Amino acid sequence: MTDRRALYPWVCPAVLLGLCEAYARRAAALGSEAIAPPSAALKALAGAAADGSLWQATGFTLGTAALGLLVGAVLGVGLGIALGLSRRAARLSLLSIEVLRPVPSVALIPLAMLMFGFGVRMELCIVAFATFWPMLVLVQSAVQQVEPRLLEVSRVLGLSARERAWKIVLPAIVPRLFVALRLGVAVALVVAVTVEIAANPNGMGYAMMIAQQSFEPALMLGWLGWIGVVGFVINAAMLRLQRAVARHMGHKQ
Amino acid sequence: MNGGSTERSRERPREGFGDWLGSAAVLAALIALWWAASSAGWVSRVFLPTPQATLASLAEGLNLGGNGNGELLAFTLATVSRMVEGWLLASLFGVLLGAAIGVSPAVRAWVQPTLEFIRPLPASALLPLAISIFGLNPAMVLFVVAFGAMWPVLLATVHGFAAVEPRLAEVARCLQMPRAAFVWKIGLPNAMPDILAGMRLSMTISLIVAVVGEMIASQSGLGQAILLAARAFRASELFAGIVLLGLIGFTSNALLALAENKLLRWQRA
Repeated sequence: MTDRRALYPWVCPAVLLGLCEAYARRAAALGSEAIAPPSAALKALAGAAADGSLWQATGFTLGTAALGLLVGAVLGVGLGIALGLSRRAARLSLLSIEVLRPVPSVALIPLAMLMFGFGVRMELCIVAFATFWPMLVLVQSAVQQVEPRLLEVSRVLGLSARERAWKIVLPAIVPRLFVALRLGVAVALVVAVTVEIAANPNGMGYAMMIAQQSFEPALMLGWLGWIGVVGFVINAAMLRLQRAVARHMGHKQ
Repeated sequence: MNGGSTERSRERPREGFGDWLGSAAVLAALIALWWAASSAGWVSRVFLPTPQATLASLAEGLNLGGNGNGELLAFTLATVSRMVEGWLLASLFGVLLGAAIGVSPAVRAWVQPTLEFIRPLPASALLPLAISIFGLNPAMVLFVVAFGAMWPVLLATVHGFAAVEPRLAEVARCLQMPRAAFVWKIGLPNAMPDILAGMRLSMTISLIVAVVGEMIASQSGLGQAILLAARAFRASELFAGIVLLGLIGFTSNALLALAENKLLRWQRA
C-alpha cells in the first residue's frame, strides 16, 4: 500500500501533461503557433542546455537574486535588530516604514532603469528593496521575542550594544532568521524573474520573453517549466535547511 | 478553536500621541533629506526630482488644482480596477477550488503536491504564455492577475480545511451532515483566518502583476505611465506614479487589515 501512495503526487501532473500534449498536438496540426506540446518544450530546453544559454541565463538570474538578497538581508537584519532592541526606535520609525513598505517593488523598475541602465545593478537594487521589508519585519519581531532574561544578563555583564547584538541576540534568533531567509529567497527569485520579464534584457525571464516574441512556443514553454523546476528545487532546499537549523538549535517550528 | 490562525503578538505597546508625533517627525526628516539631496544636487535631478516637482506633477496629473490634465487619475483608476477585479476573481476561484480540494483528504493527497509545485512559480512568468495564447489585450492581463493572485487564497483554503479539528469532522459525520453543510458551517468558518491572510497576500500580488502586465502589454495604467515617464526622463512624473502606487498598496492593505479585524472578532472572544 505504501508504495502506491508514493505514486499519488505524480498522477496529477502526468495527467495534466498528457492532456496538454494531446491538445497541443491537435492545435499544431491545425496550424496554431501559440502553444507547443510538452515533448517539444523538453526538446527545446535540451537544445538550450546544449548550447549553454540555459546555464548562462539561469546563472545570471540566480546570481543576481542572491546578490540582491544579500544586500536586502544584511540591511534588513541590521535594522531589524536595532528596531527590535529599542522600542523607542521602533515607534519612531513606524510611520516611515508603513509609508515606504507598501510601494510595490515593480514600481521601482523604471527608476532603477533610469539610474543604472540595464544589467545586474538595476535588478539587484529591486531584489534588495523587495527582500528588505520582510527581513526587517520578521527579524524585528524575532528580536522582540528574545527571552528578556538573556538581555538582562547581557546588561549585568556590561556588554556593549555591539557585543549584545553579536553574542546574545543573533544566536538567539537564528532559527527565526532562517525562516525569514527562506521567505527572502522565494521573494528574491520571483522578483528577479519579474524584473527580467518586464525590463532587464538578461536572465531566464528575458529568455522566456524573447522566445515568445520570436514565435518559439516550445522554447517558451520549456523556459516556463524550467523556471518552475528551479524555483521548486530552491524553495524545497531552503525548507530543508530551515528545518535542519531549527532541529539543530532545539527549537520546534 | 483557532486551528489554523497564525500566531500574533498581543502585547503591542500602547501608542501615545507623543509617539505618533515623533514618528511623523522622522518621516518629515526623511522628506527633508530628500529635499536637501535633490535641491543641493547631491544626487542628479535626472533620477531624483525635488519633492515640490513631484507634488506639482501629482497635482497636475490628478487635476487637483482644476487646471491639470487628469491623466494620472485615469491611469490610477485603470490600475486599481484591474487589481480589484483580478483580486475578486482570484478570491472567488481560490476559495471555490480550495474548498473542493480541501474538503476531501483523498483529493488532497492527489492534488496538493502539484499545487505546491506551481506555487513558487512567479505569476509574471505566465505573461508570455498568456500573450501568445490570448494576444495583447486587457482580458489577458486580467487573466494573469487573477491566476497569479489565486494561489495564496487557494492554498490557504486547502490548509484551513485540512486543519479542521478532527472531532468537529466526527461530529459532522455523527449528525450526518451533507457535505455542502459541512463546508458552509464548519470548513469555511474554520478556514476563515487562513483565507483572509491569503487574500491579503493575493491583493499585493494583484497589484504587482497588474503593474507588470501594463508595462509589457502596453495597457493604459500606472505601470505603463511610469515606464514611459522613465523613458522620457521625466523623473517628477515617474515619482508621482511611484507615490500613487505606494498609496494604492497602503490603502488596500489597510482596508483589508480592517476587514480582517472585523470579520475575525468572533474568534478572539
